[in-house]
Amino acid sequence: MPYVSNTDEDRARMLGELGLKSIEELFSDIPADLRPSSFNLPPGLSELEVRRFTQTLADKNATDLICFLGGGFYDHFIPAALDTIISRSEFYTAYTPYQPEISQGTLQAIYEYQSAVCHLTDMDAANASLYDGGTALYEAMMMAVRITKRRKVIVDEGVSPIYRKMLHCYTGNLALEFVEIPVARNGRADRQAIETQLDKNTSCLILQNPNFFGCVDDITDMAESAQKSGSLVILSTYPISLGILKTPGEMQVDIATGEGQSLGLGLSFGGPYLGFMAVRSQYIRQMPGRIVGETTDKNGQRGFVLTLQTREQHIRREKATSNICSNEALCALSAIVYLSLIGKEGLKEVTELCSAKADYTLKRLLEIPGVKMRFPVPIFNEFTLELPRDAGDIIGQLIEKGIMAGFPLGRYYKNMEKCMLIAVTEKRTKEEIGMLAEALEAVL
Amino acid sequence: MKLIFEKSVAGRRGVRLPRCDVPIERDKLKGLKRKELPDLPEVSELDTVRHFTELSRHNFGVDTGFYPLGSCTMKYNPKIGEEAVRYQGFSRLHPLLPQLRQGGILTQGALQVIYETERFLSEITGMAEFTMQPLAGAHGELTGIMLIAAYHKSRGIKKTKVIIPDSAHGTNPASAAIAGYEVVSVPSDKNGVMDFSEFRKVIDEKVAAVMLTCPNTLGLFNPDIKKIADRTHQAGGLMYYDGANLNAILGKCRPGDVGFDVVHLNLHKTFGTPHGGGGPGAGPVGVKEHLREFLPISLVVKRPDGTYALEYNRPKSIGYVAPFYGNFGVILKCYVYILLLGREGLIRAAENAVLNANYMMEKLKSYYHLPYDRRCMHEFVLSANKQKKHGVKALDIAKRLLDFSFHPPTIYFPLIVEEAMMIEPAETESGETLDKFIEVMIQIAKEAEQEPQTIKDAPHNLDICRLDEVKAAREPNLKYVRVA
Repeated sequence: MPYVSNTDEDRARMLGELGLKSIEELFSDIPADLRPSSFNLPPGLSELEVRRFTQTLADKNATDLICFLGGGFYDHFIPAALDTIISRSEFYTAYTPYQPEISQGTLQAIYEYQSAVCHLTDMDAANASLYDGGTALYEAMMMAVRITKRRKVIVDEGVSPIYRKMLHCYTGNLALEFVEIPVARNGRADRQAIETQLDKNTSCLILQNPNFFGCVDDITDMAESAQKSGSLVILSTYPISLGILKTPGEMQVDIATGEGQSLGLGLSFGGPYLGFMAVRSQYIRQMPGRIVGETTDKNGQRGFVLTLQTREQHIRREKATSNICSNEALCALSAIVYLSLIGKEGLKEVTELCSAKADYTLKRLLEIPGVKMRFPVPIFNEFTLELPRDAGDIIGQLIEKGIMAGFPLGRYYKNMEKCMLIAVTEKRTKEEIGMLAEALEAVL
Repeated sequence: MKLIFEKSVAGRRGVRLPRCDVPIERDKLKGLKRKELPDLPEVSELDTVRHFTELSRHNFGVDTGFYPLGSCTMKYNPKIGEEAVRYQGFSRLHPLLPQLRQGGILTQGALQVIYETERFLSEITGMAEFTMQPLAGAHGELTGIMLIAAYHKSRGIKKTKVIIPDSAHGTNPASAAIAGYEVVSVPSDKNGVMDFSEFRKVIDEKVAAVMLTCPNTLGLFNPDIKKIADRTHQAGGLMYYDGANLNAILGKCRPGDVGFDVVHLNLHKTFGTPHGGGGPGAGPVGVKEHLREFLPISLVVKRPDGTYALEYNRPKSIGYVAPFYGNFGVILKCYVYILLLGREGLIRAAENAVLNANYMMEKLKSYYHLPYDRRCMHEFVLSANKQKKHGVKALDIAKRLLDFSFHPPTIYFPLIVEEAMMIEPAETESGETLDKFIEVMIQIAKEAEQEPQTIKDAPHNLDICRLDEVKAAREPNLKYVRVA
């Protein structure tokens, strides 16, 4: 039998040494009335059959659509060397590095990843990863509730609606007060409305930059207001954009989070992805999840270990800062490998390409009669258009022409049925942008 | 080893990007830009590949050697799963595509994978339906407890407590607590399972759920499990099954048949997906019929015409626990695994996992203290108490095993066993490998008596000695800072 090494003879020998006659005797603790009422599964297949079948399934999915779809999940270039590295089974068949002496590979890579996240965000410390951008935001919110001992949470509606739904889901059984504030007319966070809501019960203000509509902002003023009221400021970010945009650290953010998919991870139908979190130094001991630190062995040689573990569930149990155990270590490895291959200048180039191509796309699309820019503020690589009719219908028509043109904002926002969110990465060419413009013009 | 940052040379480049084929407008983001470029490595592609290849050589995986890490089910991961996730039809698929008009039809293969995996898991565990969304085991626990909370809430009953035995994984109490419950810990009895008389003292109408791992972290199946389930249900509580140890009972017992209402599984344990150095995993959650309406948004459904679709209209759902449909890549590997093994293969896996564990336990119990000397399932827990008399602790034994190229067992867990060493061989290992490990463990037991210092100074054969964890925690150095 594949994937089980013992032959029938081995089994018989081992059972004999245990003084048993049949395998069933090993399961004698399971009472007869608790045996399965059914276990109806297909017989096993050969590897060749499984390969053929899964290839058929893969081929049923579209792979040739030109992608202008973003919404927090982007079609970025992934260098070939990345897969070579993360395919090393010394990395991917290991588990959590509990035994540092034989896990220096994972541990050092995570330390390097933490360093890169800190440098990208300009924050003091990062953890070893969380599941995704949404759960990272939830963990940040819970940190703020713990630190401030306050129960009100203010969330700007420019934060991903998917993440906001997640925040609601996780807090359904907790007595938290949620205040969600619609964006201002220009698409950015509504300063005045936020100012009115900030009070001595507010644990945190949650913002996103660029926000879900693609609007870029400098949130320093709101951070100052929030901190004046004793609240923490949490910013959800798009790591590629941090190659060019003002950083969470520069804007006085307390906790920066984000989705790391854009750092070398495939879209992969929604996961595995990578949640990251970086904080100011005073909050390090309130962080959730694994953290890797540098230390030395008895000869003074540098090495790395999991550290500050007294925050964690395996030690602190119900008093832990989070329940997280397995995280997304291999995805964190992908991120640091990506950032190494792309490098300091390369990341700047990626951001320039994204930004220039988005500008160009916007310019081309605005030439089409009836197409308008929804918000008059600077963008990075994603923007919101207002179309003459229902955006969902138009997107459906463009899919038939082989283009994923964008995301219909009416799905999550009232009165935005005619609005479409378009993302442009470094992978899109002038030609593809031209095809989008022509196709859109043709269906309007 | 040098850090990748320390190998950086100003101006050195890795991968080249395409020339920009559209005009660049330089100051559109004026006032919104960062002051300096982030300090990222400036290295060549070769530097990067060499650096990480070198790091991988300082790592230990299942492919490197025997990894009997208790409660983690470090079985071999079939490589065809790695291949399948790299098919472009999966790896490049945008998760928002099926949410667009005309998009569902272009994602049928991926939706089928999720749907059929869900059906398989429901049959394997005897549950009505699974959500495939939870992204790891602990995430599944939190989802499961939130489902239980939603269930009680919908019936207008206020419950405040979750009962958990003291042998439980740390994630259990942590998950219950962050979902808003008070945790009540119940001690284990002399047979190593939850003490039934102590349990009866704390079970009441305030108990939302009893969270159990079965077989538990001592590797023991609780023969009274049905009695616990019945008593809990009588009090209006629900039964939560932590599926971390499901590998032991595949085809031998289904949590659903026992009376569990909610189950989470760790696909990276039982279903052969690799552990990734600490993730990604996946922690799907299965429920009985009465909890189905609360499952997260969305679910994959099969239409009468045989096509697959996402169902979003779920008014009683707890909402979104993940942004999309779960860790799809991990779900796909699990699907491939179940297809490969099939019914007989899964049963055979459980049988050999249990056989391997019992064989090792039998061979080692005269050398190490076995606190619960009875039939085990997929794992067993030894204590280094005997060796401690010679000054040798479980930690020392773990480090000594490194000298023989074995990954040590889980140590100091479960907390109820002093100097615990929790050993889970997994079914994929051969008798010869087990015999080698047993031989080394016996040698270490002898060394503990004759030359304990050899163990206390271990490891001897690696290029790094024991690391100072106290220093790491006292003076946290969590990132590289460039020295000017």
